[in-house]
Amino acid sequence: MSWKTWSLKKSPWVFHVNVGACNNCDIEIVNLLAPKFDVERFGIKLVGSPRHADALLVTGVGTRQAAIRLREVYRQTSKPCVVFLIGACPCGTGIFSKGYHVVGPVDNIIKEVDPNAIIAYVPGCPPKPEAIISGVVKALSIL
Amino acid sequence: MTHALQNLFWILIFPGFVFTVVLGLVATWIVRKVSALVQWRVGPPFFQPFYDVVKLMGKEVLIPEAAQRVVFQVAPVVGMAGALLLSTMLWRITIDPSRLFVGDIIVAVYLMVLPSLALILGSSASASPHASLGTSREMKLVMGYELSLVLALIVVLIKSSGQLSLAAIAGQTPVLSISGLLAFLVALFSVQAKLGFVPFDIAEAETELGSGVLMEYSGALLAVWKIVHAMLLVGLPLFLVTVFLGGFTGSVWAGIGKYVLVLVLLILIKNTNPRVRIDQAMKFFWSYCGLVMAIAIILAVLGNYYGLNWL
Repeated sequence: MSWKTWSLKKSPWVFHVNVGACNNCDIEIVNLLAPKFDVERFGIKLVGSPRHADALLVTGVGTRQAAIRLREVYRQTSKPCVVFLIGACPCGTGIFSKGYHVVGPVDNIIKEVDPNAIIAYVPGCPPKPEAIISGVVKALSIL
Repeated sequence: MTHALQNLFWILIFPGFVFTVVLGLVATWIVRKVSALVQWRVGPPFFQPFYDVVKLMGKEVLIPEAAQRVVFQVAPVVGMAGALLLSTMLWRITIDPSRLFVGDIIVAVYLMVLPSLALILGSSASASPHASLGTSREMKLVMGYELSLVLALIVVLIKSSGQLSLAAIAGQTPVLSISGLLAFLVALFSVQAKLGFVPFDIAEAETELGSGVLMEYSGALLAVWKIVHAMLLVGLPLFLVTVFLGGFTGSVWAGIGKYVLVLVLLILIKNTNPRVRIDQAMKFFWSYCGLVMAIAIILAVLGNYYGLNWL
């Protein structure tokens, strides 16, 4: 394992992108940073700019308007970076699959920009905070 | 030749770069850990700031298309030069007070402004609207706190009867008098603003500006900014300890205790206050701190004239 991957696992900074979520998964993500789960123990920090991020936490189905912005945010993220799809919507568009505004699932939108993007899926509606932590740990351990 | 080598060793290894960076990253860990404990969390592991810097060194460096490339890339290095010179100078005087030159307190004041100026230059060269808002706020903030910091140093210079060398100033403790205590508090607030800690983190403003001035920096350039911040976390409290609290004269342990005391005071102010708006910060520094410093200067002059050291 190179030192770049090793240090990336030790301090993954995350940027939160909402591409049309109902705010439920977003609340669970905020819950991770609060005292009960406190992911700063593992060096995970929420940052305000995609330039600083190592991981994108994407929530929502991927609407037509938001897809353009998501591609732009992915291009602005400095590589190497990991994309986490949090919830049933980004993983497979969930109950909104026949919606007129949906262009997702989100992994297709990301792969239009970068076919080799590293994408991890955390299903659930919303996923429990424990499930999100478990997904992040599994994804980082196979990097 | 050996003299030059020794100077190089001082600047690059012992009181200079390596020592200050390691100490600064440990201080960064203390800030994050104590903040976590105040918020009833566990907080990051001890080596977390080191991991962060190593990781940023290995990331891709993105430079915006519209950016002024040279200024954008040189600015962090200029900031680091200022922080490095400041901490090397302060440590040399702390270790060996005989190696002084007259007027070094004025040089220290100039070196402390250099990282802020470099930050203003670098972020305004990045051609980002968020960063430009952060830049304008940083400029106003610099104008705000520099005035009160210089006024606080004037009180110290009156107390030291006009001696301008840091070693002579470190021989006394102005904080044990009324005017010196007022000056110390005002200088503490100025240092809080210089470090960009919470009541005065207006320029970085995570919630509404992304990360403001640092918005467009990524990879190794961002790592350099993190290192500058860590070095300032050593240099600025050390400056306060040297000027107001009597420095490391006496015993080394007392000096370390004073440094930790100043650091913990800064962290507690950081964790118990909400962010102020830029106009509130200007009003705080110019109206309130300015008024307090005017009173403190009058008290110090009176105390000097009548020979009352406690005034």
